[in-house]
Amino acid sequence: MNRRSGAPAAASAPGGAATDTVRRYRSWAAAVILLLILPHVPGLDSSFGRSMLSQMGIAAVFALSYNLLLGQTGLLSFGHAVYFGLGAYAAIHLMRAINGGLPLPMPFVPLAGAAGGLAVGLVFGAVTTRRAGVVFALISLGVGELVFAAMRMLQGFSGGEEGITADRSHGPRLFGLDFTSQLQVYYLIAFWALVAAALMHFFMRTPVGRMCNAVRDNPERAEFIGYSAQRVRFTAFAVAAMFAGLAGGLHAINYEIVAAEAVGAARSGTVLLMVYIGGVSNFIGAILGAITITWLQVSLSDYTAAWQLYLGLFFMAIVLFAPGGLAGLIMMHAPLLRTAAFPGLLRAYAVALAPAVVMLAGAIMLLEINYRLSTQPEAGARITLLHVSLDAASPWPWLVAALLLGAGFLAFRRTWPGVTAAWQRATDEAGTGGTP
Amino acid sequence: MLELVTFSLLNGVVYGLLLFMLSSGLTLIWSMMGVLNFAHASMFMLGAYFSYQLGRTIGFWPALVIAPLLVGAVGGAIERFGLRHVHRQGHVGEILFTFGLAYLIAEVVIMVWGRNPIENRVPATIDFPAFVLFGTRYPFYKVLMMAISVGMFVFLYLAFKRTRVGLVIQAALTHPQMVSALGHDVPRVFVLVFAVGSALAALAGVIGGFALLTEPNMAAALGPIVFVVVVVGGLGSIPGALVASMLIGIVQTFAVALDYSLLDLLRTLGVSLARSSPFYEVCAIKVAQAAPIIPYLLLVLMLILRPKGLMGTRET
Repeated sequence: MNRRSGAPAAASAPGGAATDTVRRYRSWAAAVILLLILPHVPGLDSSFGRSMLSQMGIAAVFALSYNLLLGQTGLLSFGHAVYFGLGAYAAIHLMRAINGGLPLPMPFVPLAGAAGGLAVGLVFGAVTTRRAGVVFALISLGVGELVFAAMRMLQGFSGGEEGITADRSHGPRLFGLDFTSQLQVYYLIAFWALVAAALMHFFMRTPVGRMCNAVRDNPERAEFIGYSAQRVRFTAFAVAAMFAGLAGGLHAINYEIVAAEAVGAARSGTVLLMVYIGGVSNFIGAILGAITITWLQVSLSDYTAAWQLYLGLFFMAIVLFAPGGLAGLIMMHAPLLRTAAFPGLLRAYAVALAPAVVMLAGAIMLLEINYRLSTQPEAGARITLLHVSLDAASPWPWLVAALLLGAGFLAFRRTWPGVTAAWQRATDEAGTGGTP
Repeated sequence: MLELVTFSLLNGVVYGLLLFMLSSGLTLIWSMMGVLNFAHASMFMLGAYFSYQLGRTIGFWPALVIAPLLVGAVGGAIERFGLRHVHRQGHVGEILFTFGLAYLIAEVVIMVWGRNPIENRVPATIDFPAFVLFGTRYPFYKVLMMAISVGMFVFLYLAFKRTRVGLVIQAALTHPQMVSALGHDVPRVFVLVFAVGSALAALAGVIGGFALLTEPNMAAALGPIVFVVVVVGGLGSIPGALVASMLIGIVQTFAVALDYSLLDLLRTLGVSLARSSPFYEVCAIKVAQAAPIIPYLLLVLMLILRPKGLMGTRET
């Protein structure tokens, strides 16, 4: 019984209840301290870094709420941004009312987002959660398109593509906070993100949360023991919509503007990417995915115009080769850490890494040259990649890139059996199965 | 009035037939494999781009044949080398695979042809009026589009009812395990259906590319509507797909032409609504403005009220 997964959600094995409680409180306390010091860590203490941390916090709440749906209840939604966006609209309208003289301090605004998300979730959830699986996915897609089109029509409520704005610094103050600096906004977001994460974590441990898992895994059996699968799905859906709305409220405070794209299909798709890349049905995974994708969106877009292509490739690689996501990969290695064969596995990884890097370098070179030539033809054929200047008009960069890609791929295939063998040794020792 | 009705009907039929070309392949893929194929509209887009590229060197008519064949090969390869391997992860894995693929294909299109719409003009060989109606010339390529989609319906219908492969596909629609147990190579049928479905979507793209803007976003704009057609028509039903395509095509085209709002209706009934009323904005929306949401309204209502669709044999 010494094997346990890293996720707090799975930490309640029989026998060690007291140590688990201690460990759980310890990890929450660590999270609080981490959130407090993060904006002062060198590299993140600029206004850019703090703004990125704020975005990560919002994305984490949104991803966790989506995890309640997809990960815990097994409902694949293509329209979760509806609840995020309408929550954001509820919050921004409240902010405008505060700007107009309503005596309510700004830190409470995200609650309006949560209320908005919950209200809309109750309405749509009542009709959409009757069915699960593909039908639910489709209805959610339809509702998403419906609401997006409606938001573009109702200019007075939504402001359409341009959106509506409000001022977060104009209103009654609480503890002297005026939200003119990004640091204050960050701490507000961090506070609500922590509250939301704790509540969602708690929700999953309630009997209702456990029933969500049961309905995900075997709805028929859940019905046989007397639960209505639809009621359970509806509850999970409403709770997820409420937290998505809270994330939307944080979005409204952070950006001070909400436009129709807040409910759009692109945002629904992004949260799906986040949760899947991070690791479905894993609490930490959703946060990990939100942080990774936000970081890619914010920083990778500075380095390359083709960042969305890389994001797509990354997602496909996860779907094809690591359906457990990043968290799944980490958890696969957790039981192997203390085995004697683990250093051997690391060595095999290092051997395979070299050709993988060569292969990636070739692929990136090809993609970058191509992307540049077709999206910015006016910039000319001279391209600088990692301080190396290339002339895309001559065949040499293409040849070199193709050579790197091909040679790297062949060498990588040669090293892979070594990795599987080392993996086999390590798993045999740890007494678990699976393949890398 | 007659002019408006005639042209709306004509355009609605053209749009509906375009939707049919897209949805006929999707409904087969979906009902056989249970895959909500998000990349289907991407095949339509690839058809438009391939034919544009090929048409510049070999001319329109050869491109009309070769572009769909190429895209069909791409579709078959996707099933054989991608989708088949995610199959063991269940439906969510498959749906996410096609979802990621649609995203990736759009990015690849941007990488090859750029972010802006390409100048995909109607080629000179088919750019002439077919007939003149109420003093307006009706372009030949739209007539060609109708002819091709009607031909496609006849082809599919006959292939379905009269050939051996068609019989196997029909059986595999409802009882895939039984068909497999009887010794038919169901995975190979999957590849075939995926390839043919992709080729049909690409054929629609070759012609539809002229009518719509050929840009990297076109797949994302058209994709959800095709799902609507398949659900409304009924899973796995080719005639259902035709009826639903026509319905949506005509309803949407007529809606665009109607410049009335709920406010106008209330006014004729003798009810007036104050500008300050919270319902004023909703009631002031013109039918033409609301046209984009009609298909999705239909989708949601259909899934809730009649999940079988109009002519489907089993629930979605």
